[in-house]
Amino acid sequence: MDLLGNLALGFGVAFTFTNLAYAFAGCVLGTLIGVLPGLGPVATIAMLLPSIYSLDATPALIMLAGIYYGAQYGGSTTAILINVPGESSSVVTAIDGYQMARQGRAGAALAAAGLGSFFAGCVGTVIIAAFAPPLTELAFKFGPQEYFSLMVLGLIGAVVLASGSLLKAIAMIILGLLLAQINTDVISGTARYSFDVPELTDGIGFVVIAMGVFGFGEIIANLGMPSEHREVFTKSVKGLWPTKQDFQEAWPAVVRGTALGSLLGVLPGGGALLASFAAYTVEKKVAGGKGRFGKGDIRGVAGPESANNAGAQTSFIPMLTLGIPPNAVMALMVGAMTIKGIQPGPQVMTSNPQLFWGLIASMWVGNAMLVILNLPLIGIWIKLLTVPYRFLFPAITLFCCIGVYTLNNNTFDVYMTAVFAVVGYVFYKLSCEAAPLLLGFILGPMMEENLRRALLLSRGDWSTFLVRPLSAGLLIAAALMIVIVLLPSIKNKREEAFQEE
Amino acid sequence: MKIKSQRDFWSGLMFVVVGVVFAVGATNYSMGSSARPGPGYFPLILSVLMAILGGFVLFKSLTIETEGGDPIGAIAWRPLLVIVASIAVFGLALPRLGLAITVPILIVMTSLAGDEFKWKGVLVTAVVLTVGSWAIFVLGLKLVIPMWPSFLGG
Repeated sequence: MDLLGNLALGFGVAFTFTNLAYAFAGCVLGTLIGVLPGLGPVATIAMLLPSIYSLDATPALIMLAGIYYGAQYGGSTTAILINVPGESSSVVTAIDGYQMARQGRAGAALAAAGLGSFFAGCVGTVIIAAFAPPLTELAFKFGPQEYFSLMVLGLIGAVVLASGSLLKAIAMIILGLLLAQINTDVISGTARYSFDVPELTDGIGFVVIAMGVFGFGEIIANLGMPSEHREVFTKSVKGLWPTKQDFQEAWPAVVRGTALGSLLGVLPGGGALLASFAAYTVEKKVAGGKGRFGKGDIRGVAGPESANNAGAQTSFIPMLTLGIPPNAVMALMVGAMTIKGIQPGPQVMTSNPQLFWGLIASMWVGNAMLVILNLPLIGIWIKLLTVPYRFLFPAITLFCCIGVYTLNNNTFDVYMTAVFAVVGYVFYKLSCEAAPLLLGFILGPMMEENLRRALLLSRGDWSTFLVRPLSAGLLIAAALMIVIVLLPSIKNKREEAFQEE
Repeated sequence: MKIKSQRDFWSGLMFVVVGVVFAVGATNYSMGSSARPGPGYFPLILSVLMAILGGFVLFKSLTIETEGGDPIGAIAWRPLLVIVASIAVFGLALPRLGLAITVPILIVMTSLAGDEFKWKGVLVTAVVLTVGSWAIFVLGLKLVIPMWPSFLGG
């Protein structure tokens, strides 16, 4: 296995000046939006997509990746210092982290989060490098049947593991798939659902949907909530270095969190969010009923923070090897690749080895940068926390508007985004999660194409999906997932887990 | 019949209605056959599936008791209308008035969506963001965005 050779190629690409600069930019931006509550990586990456037109594919993807895992670092700072998760994946960090801050141990909590994330990031990078090539090999054996079944599995998995109401989440996926049908049919050239609007025959841009629903929808939802008083522990951040006892307690949690996060990241629907919740549950079990868990235990910070970073890294695996995004951020990465003219899928590794390995190597470089950004320079980010939301949301609105406009230099997209802002708020009010919709929307065209190709090959015989063993296996796995979730004992546990949010 | 979960009731209704609309739309396109699926084939399957799922959600909302009826809660009309209007105004104004005028308008407008509105803070934000967006998007990223009103020939 020429893992070392590949990594050497990757580091060669990652260590060029341009790529280092963009990795740094991504990490800074990621930390920034991670620290700021109310602005997540999905909205940010959507906002930046238009700007990558002027970049090469490699630096563009390196930067976008940096935003995603950078946000995992930044999110913990806010969670620990003001008890508000800067990022949804830091929700559980806030529980013990904030208690530590109140006891004057904010420094130790931040260090545990930062160093734990770094460890997890390094392991995550190695895992991607090791597992991506064999998975790619497997993917080359896939026909349209397997791809279709894989997408079914991916979409089902995404909602089974990571959403509240299963029924509504599946309906949201289908809504996403349907919205993707507004386009010109590739095979027959028929314009569908366009109502004779020329702009609609090209389909709705996924940036428009992502920005309307995630960017604007969230702003409106945030503004609709009463502003709360926040207590910021800025002065108590001293003594960043954890004590010896902290180290001894934290490192097993870091290892457990990393292992769990790496595993969950690869699964469809996985990624940072799920990983951190699972890791917190595990740490709670390990700590047992006694002790100070929930009242400022360092394990409650180290475990979930390592897990969310590991999960953020390994969720690149299905995206890079199969072209199937496991979560909304990866869906945007797929979109970014398409913008740069790269068809995501198993061929990326062979056709663009520089991009593939450069991106992987850059993740390690980025993680190293982030430790420096987030520990010695923590003071800068703390200052940012004092910026009130009333200055932030006009800026976010502006960047979203400019971003959408420059997408095609046309105002139609801007108006469509306004429509989706309303739609996003409706979803929020009806507690329909939007992430499954975005996944469905991204996979829609691919899914239809593979379905139709498969049916064409089998002369209209639907059983083709069950006759081919690989495809059947994938579909059975999807069915099993639904059945398991619907089992009464698991169902209750699952609902309990979501209640804790 | 009593609605037991407001949120689920309305979302179920939404899925059913959208499903039916898309299904009716799909009948305008050729279905083809299973062996040679036409452009209407996949959308029809999807929309029927969604309407059925919506029906389940609807049924659940009428039968399964929830705590407190799961109300939708107050709608934040002010932020909703202000933000949506701001986006629309941005779309109208940018090609005609250019970035230099559109950005301040947008900032002042959107700021009205919050609870607090202080002229001084808003104006400072507007100036900083106008200069900032020029520096980032026009100077830095070299995107083609009109800077000045079109009647000035810019």
